[in-house]
Amino acid sequence: MSQDIVCDCGHKNPEGTILCEACGKPLKDDETKPILNMRYEGSARRSQTYKKTPIDKIWNFFSSVKVGITLIILVLIAVAIGTIFPQDVYIPANADPETFYKDQYGILGEWYKALGFDHLYNSWWFVILLGLLGLSIIVASIDRFVPLHRALKNQKVTRHDRFMKKQRLFGVTLSNSPEKQLEMAAKALKEKRYRVKEEDGNLFAEKGRFSRWGPYVNHIGLIIVLIGGMLRFFPGMYTNEVLWLHEGETASVPGTHDQYYLTNHQFIFQTYDPDDKKYKEALKDAGGAIAKNYQSNVTLYKAEGHPILGEEPKLKKVKNAGVRVNHPLKFDHYQLFQSDYRLGELYKMNFKLIDKRNNQPHGEISVNLFNPKRLYHLGKGFRIKLLDYFPDFYFNKKGEPASKSDNPNNPAFIFKMYSPDHPKGETNFIAIKKNLEPLGKNDYKMVLSGLKTRNVSGFVVKRDFTIWIVFAGAIIFLIGVAQGMYWNHRRIWLKRKGDDIWMSALTNKNWYGLKKDLHYLTGESGLSEPVDRLEEKIYRQERGMKA
Amino acid sequence: MHPRKKRLVIRTVIILLLAAAIGFTIYQIFNKDKTVATGDKAPDFVLTDVNGHQVKLSDFKGKAVMLNFWATWCDPCKKEMPYIENVYKTLNKKKIVILAVNIGESQFAVQNFMDKYHIDFPIVMDKNRDVTDAYHIGPIPTTFFINKDGEIEEKVVGSMPSEKYIRQKLSEIEP
Repeated sequence: MSQDIVCDCGHKNPEGTILCEACGKPLKDDETKPILNMRYEGSARRSQTYKKTPIDKIWNFFSSVKVGITLIILVLIAVAIGTIFPQDVYIPANADPETFYKDQYGILGEWYKALGFDHLYNSWWFVILLGLLGLSIIVASIDRFVPLHRALKNQKVTRHDRFMKKQRLFGVTLSNSPEKQLEMAAKALKEKRYRVKEEDGNLFAEKGRFSRWGPYVNHIGLIIVLIGGMLRFFPGMYTNEVLWLHEGETASVPGTHDQYYLTNHQFIFQTYDPDDKKYKEALKDAGGAIAKNYQSNVTLYKAEGHPILGEEPKLKKVKNAGVRVNHPLKFDHYQLFQSDYRLGELYKMNFKLIDKRNNQPHGEISVNLFNPKRLYHLGKGFRIKLLDYFPDFYFNKKGEPASKSDNPNNPAFIFKMYSPDHPKGETNFIAIKKNLEPLGKNDYKMVLSGLKTRNVSGFVVKRDFTIWIVFAGAIIFLIGVAQGMYWNHRRIWLKRKGDDIWMSALTNKNWYGLKKDLHYLTGESGLSEPVDRLEEKIYRQERGMKA
Repeated sequence: MHPRKKRLVIRTVIILLLAAAIGFTIYQIFNKDKTVATGDKAPDFVLTDVNGHQVKLSDFKGKAVMLNFWATWCDPCKKEMPYIENVYKTLNKKKIVILAVNIGESQFAVQNFMDKYHIDFPIVMDKNRDVTDAYHIGPIPTTFFINKDGEIEEKVVGSMPSEKYIRQKLSEIEP
């Protein structure tokens, strides 16, 4: 059974209450304290009263402000450490995340990775930390909001004498016409937009109570932000993918589950014209070319039906677009951003067949480095056969030509040259700055005669349904801050004791504002102004007088 | 309801809700890096071989499949290719299929490789790497042993050491 505390005024208070919810009488009076602690209206914080079951124990733990602050500090320390080395999404694209941290930063880097700081926001322990912080915010808020709301709802007009006397602002007026003065006081308070209640000739004026809910509104905002963050991990809620696409190529847009395809026609990189009159001076100061535009001209397609993996999809054109920085291509809640580029990557190499004896050319071939043909006919009995091709050439351990990867970083070729005078062909090995004749002296040779390059566009594909939730949470957070900061909860009690009128006043902040209201009130009604006993105490202390 | 009991229920519900939210988020985090693993259904695909014929994985239902991902520039792949070829020669082709998926290379590169290493078993080309991505292939070679019901029985990452090793694995999935 709960141990209700029944006050002299007849109101039933929950166990642990410090000041009676109705009349404010101190139930656990500390006579040595001249001014009452009005925090949470002297109500009973639930966590302080029930401690039996394990659930209550967990609850009480998270109700503690100390625990909440500790969690906030832990989160701050974690995110601070997370900025020491780069996050894994920001390490170079060609680096292996398994070895990158150790190679770059030594033992600290290894720990950094092992502890999950390299992908902090996806670390299980960081998520737990945020979850516990969320629990702490919810529990601590409920634990304080419920009793505070109850106490403010139950407050009565007539307050206990001791409650009145122990307020920071308190004053007594000896009155000749108390009724009249109270009437004038009520009018003055209403002019100051107080809600005035009357009971047995006593007055209670209150305004700005809703400012007390500020912290809880603020916490609701925080919880919504946390929910938004959590939803990012749910399938379909949040996409953030990278797509590199060569000019002329078509690929499935990552994150769209093969629903959308993109063709990159052209990447354009423009700089300001150094001879432009308008920019001439500025460009001189900048000392070099300044980028004016990064743009990819693309076509977006939608795949029809649900093709099986690997199957060539039937594509239906959606639209053409020029994707520029900060001007993404938008489709189906997705945004495709121009985010990166590489200029002039090798695409095709041209070679001329030359008769070494008289330097006579016999035609030219073009080899696509990504999809080479085997045979090239030059006419008049000349033809070239590509025997082997090494896109990323090196000599392996056995001393044979080999390729490190399928990227044409260092292309090498073995050609067989057929000519009317060499119908069985001659072999020519060509790599960058190398032209070898591995099977004896040749009469013909292949000579590099041209390069065709192409650009690569780097796109970022984004779809984020959580951002609006986070945004709403942030707005609610700010509303809560404003509510608690810019409004004050002011209360004034006037109690009639025979011909005396007692006056007490209380605010949760901005005592100066309250005193201004009181000044107006006393001016209008002729009541004497209450004394700020905290100020008086400090005044006395500073002068070495007795308090 | 008694207020104290009601309070206990509310507290329990809130704490459990938060615990569930944390648990689910962490589950999603670990699920995101999921790879295709033992016990999973092998994702179906259609790819073309060097001769332009379409090959569909689900057409092999009822047979066991050894699915090998490789590239011509990958040395460990080159090492195991002769073992696979030798196993293929003596394979009971009515019961077991060997299929190799080349990752994103040109027809020229694959054909040249097949000629050089005298490969007869079917090789399909994953030009856009869609299948490679769907199977979450990391280091290559990677080999999947798929049973007659299309479930992955085993995943081997890295070069398979011998003919005997391959035969052993195949005998385990043979229907």
